[in-house]
Amino acid sequence: MNDIAVDLNEVCKYYPNVNALHPLTMSVKSGEVLGLFGHNGAGKSTLMKLILGILKPSTGSVSALGHCPRSNQAHNYRTQFGYLPENVSFYEHLSGREVLHYLAKLKGHNKTQADRLLEEVNLTPAADRAVKTYSKGMRQRLGLAQAFLGAPRLLILDEPTVGLDPVATQDFYLTVDRLKSGGCAVILCSHVLPGVEHHIDRAMILSQGRKLALGPLAELREAANLPIEVSVSGLTRADIEDKLKGLITEPDWLQSSAHGALHNRFNSAAENKLDILRNLATEENLQDLHIKLPSLEDLYRHYLSDFNNAAV
Amino acid sequence: MNKILIVAQKEFRDGIRNRWTGAITIIFILMSLGLAYFGSATAGVLGFSSLESTLVSLASLCVMLIPLIALMLAYNCFVGELEQGTLLLLMTYPLSNAQLLLGKFTGQAAIITLASVLGFGLPAIIICLVSDVDVASVLIAFSQFIVLASLLGWVFIAIAYIISISVSEKSKAAGLALIVWFLFVLVFDLVLMAILVASEGNINQTLVPFLLWVNPTDVFRILVYTIIGAESYSGVLQIAENGADGTLYLFSVMLLWVALPLACSWWIFNKKELSE
Repeated sequence: MNDIAVDLNEVCKYYPNVNALHPLTMSVKSGEVLGLFGHNGAGKSTLMKLILGILKPSTGSVSALGHCPRSNQAHNYRTQFGYLPENVSFYEHLSGREVLHYLAKLKGHNKTQADRLLEEVNLTPAADRAVKTYSKGMRQRLGLAQAFLGAPRLLILDEPTVGLDPVATQDFYLTVDRLKSGGCAVILCSHVLPGVEHHIDRAMILSQGRKLALGPLAELREAANLPIEVSVSGLTRADIEDKLKGLITEPDWLQSSAHGALHNRFNSAAENKLDILRNLATEENLQDLHIKLPSLEDLYRHYLSDFNNAAV
Repeated sequence: MNKILIVAQKEFRDGIRNRWTGAITIIFILMSLGLAYFGSATAGVLGFSSLESTLVSLASLCVMLIPLIALMLAYNCFVGELEQGTLLLLMTYPLSNAQLLLGKFTGQAAIITLASVLGFGLPAIIICLVSDVDVASVLIAFSQFIVLASLLGWVFIAIAYIISISVSEKSKAAGLALIVWFLFVLVFDLVLMAILVASEGNINQTLVPFLLWVNPTDVFRILVYTIIGAESYSGVLQIAENGADGTLYLFSVMLLWVALPLACSWWIFNKKELSE
């Protein structure tokens, strides 16, 4: 199976007093972007380090790009890995350019490529300054540049957008999309990444070392069956309730009026979306209609609270 | 092999840039010139006295200073990278633990070696130019001294790596490095003397020379005395004469003192898991 980039089989990691990761089976295909979500201590870092071969699984087997990442030959094919650790401050007294040149040489690439990547992450103006003068965002961009060195086939990024401004974040996602279409498997790891929804194929939610959910966002949404949020302007509550008999399942209702217009906000089951649109769109007084699908954050909260309730 | 050189080059450049190399060189120059010209001031004489006494005093000073310098240069080597997160990153790079370790060692050993060559070589040349001495014997003796001084530095760099790889905080590494220095340089000889005196010579005579080789600073001292043929100065070290059969043998002991700590560091490095 050549297109499986990462394969974990019943992988478990425990330390003397903590279970960092409960038995976990998962795989990531080439050209797939997996979003890995969970709060601090959920086991994200442990999972990434297991895949990279920094940690040895207590039980089970890990395969990255078709090899065991802790085998003796492993360091030879690490040229195809790209990794951004969560907290890396690099060599403070070296300039950004020197840091990247050094890392590029270690990965077997030339300085031209390093310089091009500096350009790509917009660090060229600051490239010859010492890293200790860099802001958090600049360090982050330097970290991304080293992860992108040499067209990686497996990219593992821990909190990649922390400290990045909106433009840099956009550029970052463009690069990820480009690498993905080139067949690179990407694991993006985060508490919750704003704007990440459109760039991931599947999401995995971890908590306390357990996998709570794994699948495409659409599937997770369906399984969670979270309500959608409908905002309507220009109609009274009575009007709406009259039009949408039986479609409003949730009792929460918010009503406000501003600038002489009425605003209503209520929740409904996701499958009623089209019916609601159909029934309300024909209303003459309707000024505005907005339907918000459950966000990644809502999903994340849902799965976490599900898990916590089960634990209680 | 290539990877080792890349790491070594970086370490070496770091050493030049943060002025370690320059500082060590200047210390060595001051020590050598000071001892050469003012070493016999207590005897009421100023100026270059003798090659023998200069090197013996120099050796006594180096036994204290070179281990300290080497430990201070190297204690930070791994724990520093651990703290700034780059060690974690390097471990995901196409670079084996052995390559990283040997690369760092090569780079830092080169710093100590360059400092010895300049710091003891320049004074030797100055002595030859300024004083009326046998140029050949001064140059030969100093060259041998440079080799031994570098070797002593290498030993303590390797020992510092064991510390640097084992701990997870810089401050702890610094503390341990100082303790190691204190043990090897001050405590060991005192304890050995105490044992010899307390046992009133009843201790197995063939065992004593081997006890001395437990301490690389003693091996260094014996080697210096051997090369300059200064038996009269050796004092406590005379007890080693029975077993000291040849410079080559002692030299190998020194090399072993480089290789063993390095192997030990490598073993710990491989066992270590970077959990955070």
